[in-house]
Order: sequence, then C-alpha cells, then structure tokens
Amino acid sequence: MSEPALNLEELKRLAPPAELRRAPVVEGGPDLGALTDKLSEFAEGKTPRWWWVLFLPAAFAATVIFPTCLFYQVFTGVGVWGNNHPVMWGLDIVNFIWWVGVAHAGTLISALLFLTRQHWRTSIGRMAEAMTVFSVMMAGLYPAIHVGRAWFDWFMFPVPNSNGLWPQFKSPLMWDVFAVNTYMMVSMLFWFMGMIPDFAVLRDRATTRVRKIIFTFLAMGWTGSARHWHNYEKAYVVLSGLCTLLVFTVSSIVGLDFCTSQIAGWHATIFPLYFVIGAVFCGFGMVLVILIPLRKWCGLENIITKSHIDKLAKLTLVSGLIIDYIYLMEFFIAWYSGDPYEKWVFGHRLFGQTYMYLGWALIIINVLVTQLLWFKKIRANLVLLFIIGVLINCGMWCERFVIVVGSLYQDFLPANWGKYLPTIWDVGLYIGTLGAFFMLYLLFVKFLPMIAISEVKGATLQADPHHPLGGSKGGQS
Amino acid sequence: MSGKLYGIMAQFDSPGAVLHAAGKVRDAGYHRWDVFSPFPIYGLDKVMGLKNSLVGWVSLLMGGCAFMSVVGLIWFSNAFDYPLLVGGKPMFSVPMTFVPAYIMLIMGGAVGALIGMLALNQLPRLHHPLLDKKHFELASRDKFILVIGATDKKFCVKETKQLLEAIGGVHVEIVEDID
Repeated sequence: MSEPALNLEELKRLAPPAELRRAPVVEGGPDLGALTDKLSEFAEGKTPRWWWVLFLPAAFAATVIFPTCLFYQVFTGVGVWGNNHPVMWGLDIVNFIWWVGVAHAGTLISALLFLTRQHWRTSIGRMAEAMTVFSVMMAGLYPAIHVGRAWFDWFMFPVPNSNGLWPQFKSPLMWDVFAVNTYMMVSMLFWFMGMIPDFAVLRDRATTRVRKIIFTFLAMGWTGSARHWHNYEKAYVVLSGLCTLLVFTVSSIVGLDFCTSQIAGWHATIFPLYFVIGAVFCGFGMVLVILIPLRKWCGLENIITKSHIDKLAKLTLVSGLIIDYIYLMEFFIAWYSGDPYEKWVFGHRLFGQTYMYLGWALIIINVLVTQLLWFKKIRANLVLLFIIGVLINCGMWCERFVIVVGSLYQDFLPANWGKYLPTIWDVGLYIGTLGAFFMLYLLFVKFLPMIAISEVKGATLQADPHHPLGGSKGGQS
Repeated sequence: MSGKLYGIMAQFDSPGAVLHAAGKVRDAGYHRWDVFSPFPIYGLDKVMGLKNSLVGWVSLLMGGCAFMSVVGLIWFSNAFDYPLLVGGKPMFSVPMTFVPAYIMLIMGGAVGALIGMLALNQLPRLHHPLLDKKHFELASRDKFILVIGATDKKFCVKETKQLLEAIGGVHVEIVEDID
C-alpha cells in the first residue's frame, strides 16, 4: 500500500505561499558536502587580519592588565578596590552578576530552543554556548577574589579538614558556590558533547598530521554510527533539559543572595525572577554583539541568516518587555508597601544626586531603546541591532550597579551613609575580564568548529529522508 | 596486510536511500549491521529496532545519587559532625537542603548523561577498523555508509556483497581489522 510518489515539482505546487513558509535554516540550499566545506572553512583556513586586530588588544588585556589587577588585589587586599563601609559589594559583585547574566542567553538558546525544536538555533547554538562557557569563567572568578583572602577559597567547599569546619549550607551565598560551579561544569560538558561529532568532521578533513592527531583525540573515536547517534541524541536531550533548569536556577540563586537580606531595595520576592530575566536580556544583547560582526567577517551570511537575527531580536524584545514590567512592579511595590526605607531607596534610584545618571541610563536603555525592536526595519538593520546590543549590555550593567550599590550606600541610618566610587583596580579588572573573554572567544572561533556542523546539516531538507531532496522516493521504506 | 574480517561496507548518497537500504538489510534477516552518517537520520532507529536509550537512566541514577549524597553531606556536616546553630533554625531539615542538593542533581545528571553516552557507545576509542578506509571519511561529510558485520550469523562474503550491491550501494568494500 504505497502512497503515490511525490516529486519536487508536486511538493512545490502543494507548498504554502512564500510569506507563510518557514525560513530555511540554511539559505541558498547548498548540498551537504559544500555545506561541510563552508562550515569548517574558517577553522581550517588562513587567519584573517581582522582576527589579529581584535585578538592582540584582547590578549593584551587578558595577559597584562588582568593578571596585574588580579595579583595586586590578591597580594594587597580588597582595600585596593573602592569597596568600603557601607558599600561592601561594589564592582566585583556588579560584574559577577553581569557576567553570569551574559552566560544565560547562551544556555537559553542552546538548551531551551532545542527542547522546543527551534531548528534555527542550530546555526547559532554553538557560538552562544561558547559565550556561556567563557562568561561563566569570568563570573566565577569574582566571588573567588571578592572574599578577600583567595587562598581560603577552599573553605567554601566541603573539604574535610583538621579544624572540623564545614560550609554553612543555610546561606544562599553558599548555594551560589554550588550553582556557579555547576553552571560552569555543565555548560562545558554540553558544549563539549555538542562538539564531538564536529571534531570527527575536522578529523576526517585534517590535512596536516598535527591537526589529525589533535582532532582524533578530541573526537574520541566518533564514527557517526546510528547506534551512537541514538545514545547521543538521548544524552543531548537530557543535557538540554538539565541546562534549561540551570537557566532558571543559577540567576535565581544569585537573586536569593540579595532578597534574603533585609536591605531595602533587595528584600523582594521578585528578585529571583528579576535576575533570571535580566540575565537573559543582557545575554541576548551580547549574542547580538558577537554574532552580527562574526557572521559577516567569517562569511556566514547564509548560515546565520537575517531571519535568525530577526528572531533573536524578537526574543530580546520579549525579555526586555518582561524586564520593563518588573521595573514597574518594583516601583509600584515600593510605593504600595508604604515602607519609608523602600520608598527612599527607589526614589533615590531616579532622583538621588549620587547615582541618578545610572538610574536614568538604565531606564532610557532598557525601557525606551528596547522598544525600537518592535519595528521590522530596525530588526533588519544590522548596524543598529549591533548598537542596540552594546547599549543593552551597558544598560544591564547600570542596572546591576544601581541594584547593588544603590541599596547599600544609603540604608536605614543616615549616620551610616557613604559613597562608592570604583578605583582604577576595579575598572582594570573588569577590562581584564572583558579582554580574557574576547581572547578566549576569538581562539574558539579560530580553532574549533564555531557552527554546529552536524546539527546544521541535520536541519536541512537534504537531511530529511522523507523529503525528495533527502533521497525519498515517496511511499517507500 | 591482512587482518581479521570486520565486515562489508557500502556507500549511499542520501539519507532516503540509506534508510530504504537499511529496511532491505533488516528484511534480509541480518542483525549485526550499522549505518554511519554525518547526522542522525530520522526513522532509522525504528528500522534498526533500537530500543529507548539507557542514557536517561544513567543520568537519573547519577543525578539521584548526587542529590541524596548532598542531603547526607549537609546533615553530616551541619547537624552531626559540627552542629551549627544559625538564626535559631533547626540543625537539619529536609527543605533547607533542597537547593544545593538540586544543583548537584543537575551536575550529577549532566555528568551521567555524558559518561553514559560514552560508555554505551564504547567510547573513547582511538582506533576503529572503518577509520582506515579512505571512503569512510565521507561518512562525516555527505555520504551514508552501511556496514554489515562479519560476526552476523547470515554473513557470507559473496551473498552479503551481492545484497549490498543489489540495494543500491556503491563502493562495496571488504573491511578488515588490522592490528
């Protein structure tokens, strides 16, 4: 009982009109071989000049500025930073939250969009995951040195010791240690597992002996057997599910660090959600900043298509709107609570002389600039999108600063008020982490498969065994 | 240069063709055969009769163990070995252990998924008889390779070769395991 054979012409006739059709994952419909060439081209080709132009300053920041600021702080003490009574959490925590936030969009794209079967994610998933891995590394560094005596960091882990001391597990700060470390570990595993089949691609294509040996080790003997794929896909689904849980857990726990305290402006039940959405929003900004130039410079316009960027912009808009709602709620609850301290803190976010410019910057960027993404023309304008991406990162950084410092500098007792200004070591360390992040990212782009080769191929029509392009003769098998 | 006979491989040009061929191989009564492809092929699991992968169970097991051991660790460290009174709260209560235990469940589950996947696939391995074959390199590019193993009861060099050619395989070759 075979159905009548469908051929390409007939499919074209039956297909819905162009405006209703789903945008293809890969434009131009190249065959699988050409697609493989295209996707591994950059990792195999000659290093272009732009790469060096970006890499050298990033590497300078990462290998000179970063260790200088880091070691000076560790050897001297946290006093070199601007943190002092009453603002004990300064740029170190601001940047910690900011970096964790940047990481979240990567996991959301690679895991949540995988579970919801959004095939377009295949083209950007790997790059987003790499962003996650490197930014969690940067984030994890901050609490480790913020404790002041970095050589006692092992106190935070349940290591049996002769003093019989154990971590105090009732504190969210302790949970944070577990959350951030788990996030780093799991996102690395996810990233690495996704790359195994692609390492095999690069192994099979390797022309030099060194490349062959390196990728043979990394691919771990991957052959692409159907039995292997069967287990692999299951593991991928499981890991995606676990990573999706992490998206909602890690920043929630960071939020709990704040909301379990009694400080006005922090003591709010909305904080876990607030931090998750803020993180995702900030991360989408970073994805736009990274993807838009790279797709052009690496010649990936057909893979990371305008339609993909458009979808990213829409997701940015959605997370931005949720953030806007939370801002509204925060101010509303501060007023509705009738708590004078709450009112004071929120009033001073926008009208306090010391930090009002940061408060307004975050309102202008996160509330007003985000609304530009409603317009299709702006979502199609890559230069504007890039600028919006940069602005969102700045806006979210301001938000973190306003939350952390804005609540601490004027608390319940006027006698206890103070000001906080970052010192050159605060700023230097931030520049250093930015440099380290971009250095690692550029190395990843150059040497590893930056697009998930097997996933992108698997999402094309040529890979569908039930489509005429995939070799189906219709009604058989 | 002759080693143990490993099997016979045949190359196909499209996922549709290899899926079709896989059905024929199954119908011919073979059991120890496999398809090598650059990406998972939809519907092949069914043709090969692969059951639900055990990876999920490995992940659950490791995640569950991690969860329980963190609950145990918190009880041991904060309530038994060095009782710590914080804010007048009980030394140990189950809800309070949830967050760290849940985080470690994710960690254990993720490690379990990766290790389970590798173990079930018998990876890592640095050598595979098929990797010696020049044509096999295309299996990570755009070709689809069906291999019938020599350990199959029905395996017979001549007949198996004929079958693979009859169902549309090209470059039908004998694979040997050279050690």
